[in-house]
Amino acid sequence: MSTAPGVDVRPASGSGQPLLSLSKITKSFGAVKALTDIDLQVNAGEVVALVGDNGAGKSTLVKTLSGVHAPDSGTFLFDGRPVHLTGPAAAIDLGIATVFQDLALCENLSVVDNLFLGRELSPFALDETTMEVKSWELLRSLSAKIPTVRIPIASLSGGQRQTVAIARSLLGDPRIIMLDEPTAALGVAQTAEVLGMIRRVSERGLGVIVISHNMEDVRQVADRVVVLRLGRNNGTFDARTVTTQTLIGAITGAEDHA
Amino acid sequence: MSTPHAALDRVDERLSDTKDARGLVSSSLRNIRDGDLGFLPVVVGLVIIAVIFQILNPVFLSSINLVNLTLDSAAVGVISLGIVFVLLVGEIDLSVGSVSGFSAAITAVLFVRHGWNLGLAALAACLVAVAIGLLYGVLLTKFGMPSFVASLSGLLAFLGLQLAILGDQGSVNLPFDSALVFFAQLAFVPAWLSYVLAALFAAGFLLARLGVRRRRTRANLSSAPLGVLVGAAVLLLVALEFAFWYLNRARGVGWMLVFFLVLVLVANYAITRTKWGRSLLAVGGNREAARRSGINVSFIYWSAFILTALLACVGGLLSAGRLASANLSSGTGDVNLNAIAAAVIGGTSLFGGRGSAFSALLGTLVIAAIANGLTLLNLESSWRFVITGVVLAVAVGIDSLARRSRANHGRA
Repeated sequence: MSTAPGVDVRPASGSGQPLLSLSKITKSFGAVKALTDIDLQVNAGEVVALVGDNGAGKSTLVKTLSGVHAPDSGTFLFDGRPVHLTGPAAAIDLGIATVFQDLALCENLSVVDNLFLGRELSPFALDETTMEVKSWELLRSLSAKIPTVRIPIASLSGGQRQTVAIARSLLGDPRIIMLDEPTAALGVAQTAEVLGMIRRVSERGLGVIVISHNMEDVRQVADRVVVLRLGRNNGTFDARTVTTQTLIGAITGAEDHA
Repeated sequence: MSTPHAALDRVDERLSDTKDARGLVSSSLRNIRDGDLGFLPVVVGLVIIAVIFQILNPVFLSSINLVNLTLDSAAVGVISLGIVFVLLVGEIDLSVGSVSGFSAAITAVLFVRHGWNLGLAALAACLVAVAIGLLYGVLLTKFGMPSFVASLSGLLAFLGLQLAILGDQGSVNLPFDSALVFFAQLAFVPAWLSYVLAALFAAGFLLARLGVRRRRTRANLSSAPLGVLVGAAVLLLVALEFAFWYLNRARGVGWMLVFFLVLVLVANYAITRTKWGRSLLAVGGNREAARRSGINVSFIYWSAFILTALLACVGGLLSAGRLASANLSSGTGDVNLNAIAAAVIGGTSLFGGRGSAFSALLGTLVIAAIANGLTLLNLESSWRFVITGVVLAVAVGIDSLARRSRANHGRA
């Protein structure tokens, strides 16, 4: 596998300990218990799908992991060490990148500009050549189908934009990447493209957390599926063997796996 | 035609354009069809204006008149250049006229009535302008006050302060032997030096482009062919030398014009080649995305407002120098709207995230040409306002249409 410079590929940790490990994470907003005793493990090179109905606590959990919310109680181990995230910047420094659903791309700027936004090379005389070369290497290593990196984001399709957003989060050299609804509003071919990209990201040795509503996508791309229901764990399933029926049962509460 | 190894950025089979001369022409034509008009409308507009006024009054394109035109342009042009910065972040400053008049009044009162050193007086005015820009920035980022309202209030408030410090006399004449008046009225580049400057500029342009080309080729990226670069540099050289030669037939190239052109070049560099400029465009395009990329959005807003106010101050000083006085009408009337209109006519979008420093230069030339041409025709200022208004409406109309067309063709 070819790798882009600036994207450090670490082997899956040999010790077998999970890259990320949450146990008994609880978070309340006033009287509302958004998360109760949540457990979650993510290994390097593994894709974990996070599913659940609206209000199940997926977004709260993602925001907790990305440093937006601090948990009230519970342990948060990263690489076996307890961590306390003080804010989004701390999560990024630690190596947890998040691609939110709105992607946060500047449509008026080109692909290269967006990839390097906020971390441009040589701030007083932008090194466009090196940034363009690195962009190509990164996109090629993800087999991304972007015809040219010098067109504005406005010219790209939804799948291509998702690709750029994922590629951008990789430039920060993360160990874990969280994707919020990466295939929402994408066509068939584009969905396949993005799912393929998610696999390639995990093959680099990154832990991937994917939030999705689409059970087909989840079973196709994930290794494990973690179901949340009303702020609690409601089962963890092997994505290769679980049926859509079982997942829907766990999501809706027809089956109790807590 | 085709190279044995496709460049890194030319591999995708869906790319239809090439980077040779023919490819460049066809891709620019496609850009225009898709609504990516660039400077085309304003350049065409300038040619039309020139032809019409030249037919109506043959003095219009004379060297003497064009020297006046360039000097008239410089002061408003500097103010307009400031407007480009706030427009890029998607904000507006309606008070640039008042700030320019206020700054001129501060400088003139301190210099003439209080006997300050001219440089110190100008510096004091600049510091006041910086404070005004910072105030708008803070009002926007800390209090969420739209810049439209904040600067509308500023328009009135600073006009009032200008009247207050000018006092009962209402006017301060700047002595003709002062450096400011000399600079704005009498300082012209020696003819030989103007040709040397033009040649140096064209050479600098060519060297910069060749440097980019060398770096890109070394990195296995496609780049414009050598012939196109040399051709563009030669064209630039000939155009500049001709323009300067034409101005030199009369009084020549004013240092004030050179000053304005240098400011435009510096601003262009800052916008296109620095991280700060990229951040301006990002904030104007998608504020939330910029914030999440780690850009200090508040700082970017502040810097844009401060630069706008500072350039308004500098433009006000040049304008006062050109009239050799600061008075009740400095910076009032159409100065505000001319400066804003010039940036928009030049192609900087009112909606943020799109624009160029050169739009201030080209747009100001349009505005100044209309004002100058109508003055030559002895038309009353009422008609000047009407015609400038129509031109602005046409410019914004073209911008909106082009915007829609760009959206239809999937461009930003």
